Amino acid sequence: MEEIYAKFVSQKISKTRWRPLPPGSLQTAETFATGSWDNEENYVSLWSIGDFGNLDSDGGFEGDHQLLCDIRHHGDVMDLQFFDQERIVTASSTGCVTVFLHHPNNQTLSVNQQWTTAHYHAGPGSPSYSSAPCTGVVCNNPEIVTVGEDGRINLFRADHKEAVRTIVWEVHFHPSNPDHLFTCSEDGSLWHWDASTDIPEKSSLFHQGGRSSTFLSHSISNQANVHQSVISSWLSTDPAKDRIEITSLLPSRSLSVNSLDVLGPCLVCGTDAEAIYVTRHLFS
Amino acid sequence: MLLQDQLCSSLKSVFQPGRHGGKCFSARRARWLTPVVLALWEAEVIPGVNSKKNQMCFDWGPGEMLVCETSFSKKEKSEMVPSCPFIYIIRKDVDVYSQILRKLFNESHGIFLGLQRIDEELTGKSRKSQIAVAVGLRNDCRVSQGLLYPLVSILSAMELIWNLCEILFIEVAPAGHLLLHLLDWVRLHVCEVDSLSADVLGSENPSNHDSFWNLVTILVLQGRLDEARQMLSKEADASPASAGICRIMGDLMRTMPILSPGNTQTLTELELKWQHWHEECERYLQDSTFATNPHLESLLKIMLGDEAALLEQKELLSNWYHFLVTRLLYSNPTVKPIDLHYYAQSSLDLFLGGESSPEPLDNILLAAFEFDIHQVIKECSIALSNWWFVAHLTDLLDHCKLLQSHNLYFGSNMREFLLLEYASGLFAHPSLWQLGVDYFDYCPKLGRVSLELHIERIPLNTEQKALKVLRICEQRQMTEQVRSICKILAMKAVRNNRLGSALSWSIRAKDAAFATLVSDRFLRDYCERGCFSDLDLIDNLGPAMMLSDRLTFLGKYREFHHMYGEKRFADAASLLLSLMTSRIAPRSFWMTLLTDALPLLEQKQVIFSAEQTYELMQCLEDLTSRRPVRGESDIQQLQDEDIETTKVEMLRLALARNLARAIIREGSLEGS
Repeated sequence: MEEIYAKFVSQKISKTRWRPLPPGSLQTAETFATGSWDNEENYVSLWSIGDFGNLDSDGGFEGDHQLLCDIRHHGDVMDLQFFDQERIVTASSTGCVTVFLHHPNNQTLSVNQQWTTAHYHAGPGSPSYSSAPCTGVVCNNPEIVTVGEDGRINLFRADHKEAVRTIVWEVHFHPSNPDHLFTCSEDGSLWHWDASTDIPEKSSLFHQGGRSSTFLSHSISNQANVHQSVISSWLSTDPAKDRIEITSLLPSRSLSVNSLDVLGPCLVCGTDAEAIYVTRHLFS
Repeated sequence: MLLQDQLCSSLKSVFQPGRHGGKCFSARRARWLTPVVLALWEAEVIPGVNSKKNQMCFDWGPGEMLVCETSFSKKEKSEMVPSCPFIYIIRKDVDVYSQILRKLFNESHGIFLGLQRIDEELTGKSRKSQIAVAVGLRNDCRVSQGLLYPLVSILSAMELIWNLCEILFIEVAPAGHLLLHLLDWVRLHVCEVDSLSADVLGSENPSNHDSFWNLVTILVLQGRLDEARQMLSKEADASPASAGICRIMGDLMRTMPILSPGNTQTLTELELKWQHWHEECERYLQDSTFATNPHLESLLKIMLGDEAALLEQKELLSNWYHFLVTRLLYSNPTVKPIDLHYYAQSSLDLFLGGESSPEPLDNILLAAFEFDIHQVIKECSIALSNWWFVAHLTDLLDHCKLLQSHNLYFGSNMREFLLLEYASGLFAHPSLWQLGVDYFDYCPKLGRVSLELHIERIPLNTEQKALKVLRICEQRQMTEQVRSICKILAMKAVRNNRLGSALSWSIRAKDAAFATLVSDRFLRDYCERGCFSDLDLIDNLGPAMMLSDRLTFLGKYREFHHMYGEKRFADAASLLLSLMTSRIAPRSFWMTLLTDALPLLEQKQVIFSAEQTYELMQCLEDLTSRRPVRGESDIQQLQDEDIETTKVEMLRLALARNLARAIIREGSLEGS
């Protein structure tokens, strides 16, 4: 586990996401977005970890993440996803779903589209209208699915004004993928669960954590047989036979790590101690 | 909710003497109000309030103040109602400071936690931690360069004081080393030297630069004699006439004895050597060696520790503590810590020269030089607008066992009092409350109770935030607060018609009464719509079902539905009956239950035994006999009654038929 850079950013970070790379690209991840929460004014920000030739005015070192641009966001950022290379979708605690557009030429963010009453307890027509927080968002171009505390699932199309479909339900989403698992937890820990098959047998530790959100990275290896044995190691119930190596990625624990994202060998996470941590050498 | 409480206590405090923690005054004692509030009144900043007519009252919160009119008129008999019905919240405008201060608060929070977790014996590590804080402070100072001057000066002042406390209280430098540390301290905080040096050295002909001699002088004042020598050599190169005396001066500078960190000589040896060197300098002065060059002459006098010569350089010294350190360097380099305060007081007096009076910062530094920790803390508390500095400083000093514990009259000691004030201030901030939690944890006497009061009042607008707060409470076994927060969330959910959410919150709160309320709503909805919402929750209650009778009934009723769906009719039937006979079904629901029994009674095979049928009949009679007799009824009620009567008749018929079949069946089986 190589060096990890920390930066205090004066806002509690609720979500961090890497910008997806164009398919077939050989670059490593360079840009990530963050959303803040629990502030009177919240922000969605874009950061870059590209190499800089000089030290900046902050006295930060090369490799330190720099703010590219940000934009005000009404309500807490409950969830954030990259819709495509330029667009970011956010879910707000005011029940609003917003699509932001990034303009690379002048490094600004602007609001591209917004559905302000995506989630509500009592509807916009009723006299006792009250909004409900939108708790999650997933996108698959051109569709956006959102879910909220009112128990609704909405399906939006990026260019449509209204929700395409509304279902009343409650659901939890889990992404899934094989050999590497990263978990960040309410107790401030960030763990890397490595089940790749070329590691010799080790006994695994199970950490006591609070609520944790799990995220599985994209698979490193494409071999089919590795796939199979790896899946079985996650499902195996005998911890002694597990070949999972678990390492802690953060140097010290304080407040909750709310969100993490992994892309290739790069990891970013944000905490309630108002800090963002970035590393570019996860697997060295 | 915090504001409501403040409001209540504020209004109460108009008629009661003030408690600790709040500077509350009754309206009758208005003449003791602080100048701030008076200024606000006079300036009529608060709109709508006529301070000339009615008396005001106010109460302090952790970061803001509540102000309102009372009904006490200043002159005549009062009107019953104050003319201005509003209550004002007055808050300092901290927008500019918030970005920088937040970084400071967050970083120092991490360091504070680290310090608490370390074994107190290891003072070495504690030093490392406060050095880390100082470094953090310095970084933040650098970042804040672009901002308003007042902020920079406050942070620089804090860093200055902190550094001095490091040297005097924590490193506890002995004589000899003390001066070296103080020299470092001064060099770090009087930064103009670097820019001046860059200016002069960057020019084509440094020794001809206007500020050349200023630079050399200030280097000497800061004890940076090697650099001063380099400057002099440039002068020597530039004007060969003074090369000779420059060289002599350079030699003097080179040979000044100073304690270096790795040096093994004793203090006495150093003193002796220094005496010799001092006498050599004296000789040069007597011989007027440097008379041809007034600059060099004044440098010599400085190096001899001549006060008048030093005071001539007031502008370059820029403050009295620089004057103090330079004076010590050149007159008493082996000064002992206990003698510091004599020099400090006289330096301050000499430097100010009676022209100006000491500022708060000066008083703080003086108190530090006098090793009066309590005075330092007291002065800092008054001078700085924020508890951050004193809270962390006191905590650190307490860990180094430097604070005698004074029991303040409300029961906790100074460290705890300051940490409590700081943490309470954090809780007033919409975001930083999370940091405050950890600070309360480490206040042994009043921390827990303060946390209990504060944490209930954090506004919860999303479930995510509520879950975080709940986790904090559960970790600390604050069951009352967990219950209270869950009740609030359950109530919100009920209002928004999210019954499943409300139920799970009341289960988490272990609130039987609310669970009953929510279950009743479920049942009512079922009666109206014929189906349940949130089935996945009700079907999987498990042992939580036992929380309240109504909830148990709800769960059991769903079980009945399941059994019926799986065609386990006999089990379903006995469950249904037991629900009524055990009286856990609410009476209002009995009709529904009996109606549910109808399909079971109408089945081809006999499901209810005779015994069971008798009991069902009993229940039906119970139900119908209790129905109140209405006098006049309108058409709707008549129609309802009609339906009711029809149902009852159908039930009676079905029960009678079933009874008949059951008796026959049981009669015929009995023989075998």
